Amino acid sequence: MKISVVKNILEANDRIAQENRAIFDESNLLVINLMSSPGAGKTSLLEKTIDALKNDFQIGVIEGDIQSSQDAERIARKEIPVVQINTGGACHLDGNMIRDTFKEFVFDDLDLLVVENVGNLVCPAEFKVGEDFKAMILSVPEGEDKPAKYPLMFHESKVLLINKIDLAPYLDCSVEDMKKEALKVNPHLTIFEVSCKTGEGLDSWYAWLKDAVNNRKSA
Amino acid sequence: MHEMSIAQSLIDIIKEEMTRHDATVLRSVRLNIGQLSAIVPQSLSFCFEVITSGTELEGAKLIMEVIPLEGMCRECKQAFGIEDYAFECPYCGSPDIETTAGQDLSIVDMEVD
Repeated sequence: MKISVVKNILEANDRIAQENRAIFDESNLLVINLMSSPGAGKTSLLEKTIDALKNDFQIGVIEGDIQSSQDAERIARKEIPVVQINTGGACHLDGNMIRDTFKEFVFDDLDLLVVENVGNLVCPAEFKVGEDFKAMILSVPEGEDKPAKYPLMFHESKVLLINKIDLAPYLDCSVEDMKKEALKVNPHLTIFEVSCKTGEGLDSWYAWLKDAVNNRKSA
Repeated sequence: MHEMSIAQSLIDIIKEEMTRHDATVLRSVRLNIGQLSAIVPQSLSFCFEVITSGTELEGAKLIMEVIPLEGMCRECKQAFGIEDYAFECPYCGSPDIETTAGQDLSIVDMEVD
């Protein structure tokens, strides 16, 4: 006998993500799912962003890694609430893992929650966690061919931060080409060119993020 | 390698549907795999076999069809295939397009006894 099903295979995760989202909504909390390859600068960007915005907003962080709590320790030095998830092998965070951290936070006290996903340019893009939007980092040394090779993540992201632009003069890679390639996969991307090392370009990112948090609060 | 999680979700849905239809044997499942989804069909097949081996689902066939990306321009209303992951209208160049196929990862139907 043939059974017609027509169901999204990720339906169960999508449903949990939606429930997470409803909980974040109650506190008018802006939630960002931050993704990139390993070593592109997710934690460095977070450290800088927390330093710049912690007088304006209450920020919380969920750190996702396969192993180790090094990232959570770096964030904890900023004296903000942070929870480390160790996936123990899984290459991405999903809605359930995020939900398990809820008891560690008081969402009404927060304005911004950043979920730092496992470093991986493929899998995290497939799983929603309840975020308002996905933001990703592509670092200059990774090369301009990445959007064409890993289209899903670029397509799913609202924001792209091109990091390590201070290294561009030493590499055979053009930031302009990176932007062009990324916009081909997703013409609606908001792009920031930054260096977490020198601080270049970060002010525009902070200003954009401030507006996003304020808009979310007044929504 | 997130195919293992995908295979597990797939099996959860299959079991639910089989219970609902009082089915005991799974012969095959048909999936549509959107071109944009980051799934490798061979890996998914392998994970499906690993999870089902030794269970009542062992031996079921996974039939996968990769669905190419298609779009429709909101400006000039033309329909087209999205080539090389370029999400803009090949006719008028507008980035305001709707992706009409090739994004989803879904079960189409299953053959059971």
